[in-house]
Amino acid sequence: MKRRRKLGRGVAIVGAGMSKFGMFKEKDSKDLFAEAFCEMRSSVERGLDPREIDALYLGNFSNDFFTHQAHWASIIADLTGLVPKPATRTEGVCASSALAFREGVIAIASGLYDMVLVGGLEEMSKRSSEEVTEGLAMANTPYAGRVGFTLPGVFGAMATAYFARHGANREHLMNVTIKSHNNASLNPKAQLTLTIRDMMSAKSESMKKEGFTAPDWVTEKDFLRDLTVNPIVAWPMHLFDCCPISDGASAMLLVAEEMAGEFTDDPIYVAGIGQGSGRSFHRSRDLTSFEATMHAAKEAYSMSGLAPEDVQFCEVHDCFSIAEIVHVEDLGFFKPGEGYKAIADGATRLDGPKPVNTSGGLKCKGHPVGATGVSQLYEVWTQLRGKAGERQIPEGDLRVGGAHNLGAAGGTSTFIILERR
Amino acid sequence: MEGTPISDIFYNRFMTEEILTGARCRNCGARWVPPRPVCIACYSSNLEWIEVNGRGRLAAFTCIFIPPPSMAAQGYDRENPYCVGIVELDDGGRVDARIEGVDATNPESIKIGMPMKVKFLHRTVDEKVESYLAFEPA
Repeated sequence: MKRRRKLGRGVAIVGAGMSKFGMFKEKDSKDLFAEAFCEMRSSVERGLDPREIDALYLGNFSNDFFTHQAHWASIIADLTGLVPKPATRTEGVCASSALAFREGVIAIASGLYDMVLVGGLEEMSKRSSEEVTEGLAMANTPYAGRVGFTLPGVFGAMATAYFARHGANREHLMNVTIKSHNNASLNPKAQLTLTIRDMMSAKSESMKKEGFTAPDWVTEKDFLRDLTVNPIVAWPMHLFDCCPISDGASAMLLVAEEMAGEFTDDPIYVAGIGQGSGRSFHRSRDLTSFEATMHAAKEAYSMSGLAPEDVQFCEVHDCFSIAEIVHVEDLGFFKPGEGYKAIADGATRLDGPKPVNTSGGLKCKGHPVGATGVSQLYEVWTQLRGKAGERQIPEGDLRVGGAHNLGAAGGTSTFIILERR
Repeated sequence: MEGTPISDIFYNRFMTEEILTGARCRNCGARWVPPRPVCIACYSSNLEWIEVNGRGRLAAFTCIFIPPPSMAAQGYDRENPYCVGIVELDDGGRVDARIEGVDATNPESIKIGMPMKVKFLHRTVDEKVESYLAFEPA
């Protein structure tokens, strides 16, 4: 029953855009998608007439809950002038727009369409953090939700299991946080743009001004150990282990490979797509790994003919610091139990051998859940085209990058590999 | 138990009677905790309820300092956190459960591998008793 799966025809990305991520009192989902759409359009060097787009796939987790408005695919089709072309919403919690991307790729590969708009959006910040916690916890399994697990709670529990098995501790999580803040400080689209060092000086200054003794932090880890600035959310997840509440949107134009030259001299190609599903956390085969990610990775590697070492850099779904450690192992970049050591050695830094989350990741770029998947692909696309500005990966010849997106506590996972030929 | 449909609804209802249940496939003998209506080892739907030994070990846990509204309504907050976890049962299988009898304000005192025994939490919601799975140190 072993079948090798290939795309029926190749698919290229010829344009991409994303809104700035953040908490916006005076912007709604339509405004944010318009920002992403306009940037996408202006990125298409030879021009794009949106009326030629055949279909829209749009990821959105739960604007129904967050904004009390459903049916977003048709609303966005109208916003972008695509009506009456088909518009389909995809939902996979935090992986919603990676599913939209994958459906768009499949639609073109099948021959049904030639040009597809994919993207995602989420508008969360107009709700209180308690309400957002509840909204996200809806994506837990019934057993976990019933006893009071939140999403940070599931990842916290995963961290305790990982610590006990592999001998890691909170200090290792801090390496992920410090790197995310450093990378995001170089990303103009990011929500949190201060490094931990920046925050330490700002906080010290303001305390001195108010007549308090300045804190005796020396290192970034001293700051992160201080519960007055970094309180517990769900042990061992502290505030700085968690991504923020965000609003944002992302958009990308996919076309059949043979048409790519009509739009750009620098198309980025889809090398492999993978998607997996997972069980309730208590039934995971392994409490320190996501089965859905392992499957998604296997599919994407098999389709692309590439191996983990060929993926030069990767965006991974770091909704919580422990998640980044688990993902870099599940994707095969490091052996199980070795991820936290490699991160401590600097392997995943912007100037390391395997840069991870050059955008600042969900942790600092922000995580408007439905927009995240395509925004990760936007980062990979930007890096592969050498247009990431200050955060451009210094390694000269970038050819292959990956994006990994996870839904809730691993019920859905995708891994997508892009290449520049 | 005989004749009761195998479902999450009745899994939760048996907790009101302080029974931890699972299901066994009459066709292939596979055992499922929590119970499931279709055996995914052989795809038979001929399963029976079983009572499960409520002893196990703590496999993973967290102490929640920022609760969702449903838990906040029960008085949990930053000063009064609660512990939830995954318990690996001695007879096989794992369950999600509240972890009682530990100091949630001091998570470092809670250890993976601690022996645990089942207990049940009961709460009256809209004049109906709802029961929740919990474990405490054995």
